[in-house]
Amino acid sequence: MIDPLSAIRLSLLVATFATLAGLPPAVGVGWLLARRSFAGKSLLSALLMAPLVLPPVVTGLLLLRAFGHDTLAGKALAAVDLPVPFTLFGAMIAAWVVGFPLMVLSARTAFESVDPRFESVSAALGVRPLRTFWRTTLPLAAPGLCAGAVLTFARALGEFGATAIVAGNMEGRTRTIALAVYSLLDEPNGEPQIRVLLVASLTISVAALYGWERLNRWQRRRLDVAHG
Amino acid sequence: MAEDGILVDVRVHDGRHHLKLATTAACVGVCGPSGAGKSTLLRVLAGVEPGVTGTVRALGETWLGPALVVPAWRRGVGWVPQDALLFPHLNVRQNLDYSRRSGAEECLGIARLLGVSALLDRAPRNLSGGERQRVALGRALLARPRLLLLDEPFSALDRNLRARLAADVAAYCKDRALPVVLASHDDPDLTAFNAERWEFVDGVLSRG
Repeated sequence: MIDPLSAIRLSLLVATFATLAGLPPAVGVGWLLARRSFAGKSLLSALLMAPLVLPPVVTGLLLLRAFGHDTLAGKALAAVDLPVPFTLFGAMIAAWVVGFPLMVLSARTAFESVDPRFESVSAALGVRPLRTFWRTTLPLAAPGLCAGAVLTFARALGEFGATAIVAGNMEGRTRTIALAVYSLLDEPNGEPQIRVLLVASLTISVAALYGWERLNRWQRRRLDVAHG
Repeated sequence: MAEDGILVDVRVHDGRHHLKLATTAACVGVCGPSGAGKSTLLRVLAGVEPGVTGTVRALGETWLGPALVVPAWRRGVGWVPQDALLFPHLNVRQNLDYSRRSGAEECLGIARLLGVSALLDRAPRNLSGGERQRVALGRALLARPRLLLLDEPFSALDRNLRARLAADVAAYCKDRALPVVLASHDDPDLTAFNAERWEFVDGVLSRG
């Protein structure tokens, strides 16, 4: 028996985790890539972007190799009761890894769109760099950062390949929307459940992309003011 | 007034441009054609121009020297850039109070001095060029600077307002013994501040 509501719930859970856990590091890395030059910047950027172009199945396999039961990292996580292979946590990690590049990319673009002269003005008013970041850089980049989060959420929601490899396809535990649809294709009477999942997928994805579009527009408007 | 005045002797833009100025005047006015380096000089003093080497001394302190760069936020300057650069995510009141170094009463006093009291709840995008310049000036004054750096601060104002405001701000600075470096095309501005006049001629600053 495949429960479409359980699949939707698991997908939302996984996508929420991937988004919230990805946002803080993505803000840090995005800022670093936008505002600083350092040795190995291109390499770091390439490594972070890799999950965007790697086949998700390969990403999943790499994750399994890194966090499997017989690896150091895998043992450490299992010791704190967070094993990765074939668990919901594994699905979360897979979605996080696959979604993270989108968030870094968005954060980098958002920070690059902020005129660094605002940071100069802030400093020349006697405000320390960290406070300048909180009071000027971050608010000015905020719409773009939110847009990145929304895009990541949408991407994580539909994650299939890496999730299937890392977390498997266990009803009620790791069977997210995409995996449930895949399983239902083999069920002779699966059509009603498939319809529920299709409607849910379309609704959430379109809503997310609509939000993404609005946020991007807000970002452009916000920065237009500066030169208006 | 600064005890030993202002000394700038720096190379900027990867060493292609040389800026040199030494004075003990309380108020310095810098003239010259656009692109001569007036704004660059102010940014060097503010500490926001990248890639600068040489010496900058002001207020009896060394801000730039060999193996020494005092960051902008520690210099205690008030910089008013030419295009105002008001923070677009904050209204006029929040822009004025950005440095959070002055009380609400002082904010209102400055707003009155600059004639922007009626604009406090407006967003920068709903201000004219001249209004933006005045808010940027107020924002800098409210940061309690020890040196005021004004980059064409009255350029977007009509002539009457310009003369009045220049006189008012000059008087404000004189009352507080606040030294000023003023970049301006306009001689009446320099006169209002009783500024020592420096001019860029062929890229070189000289007393004029």
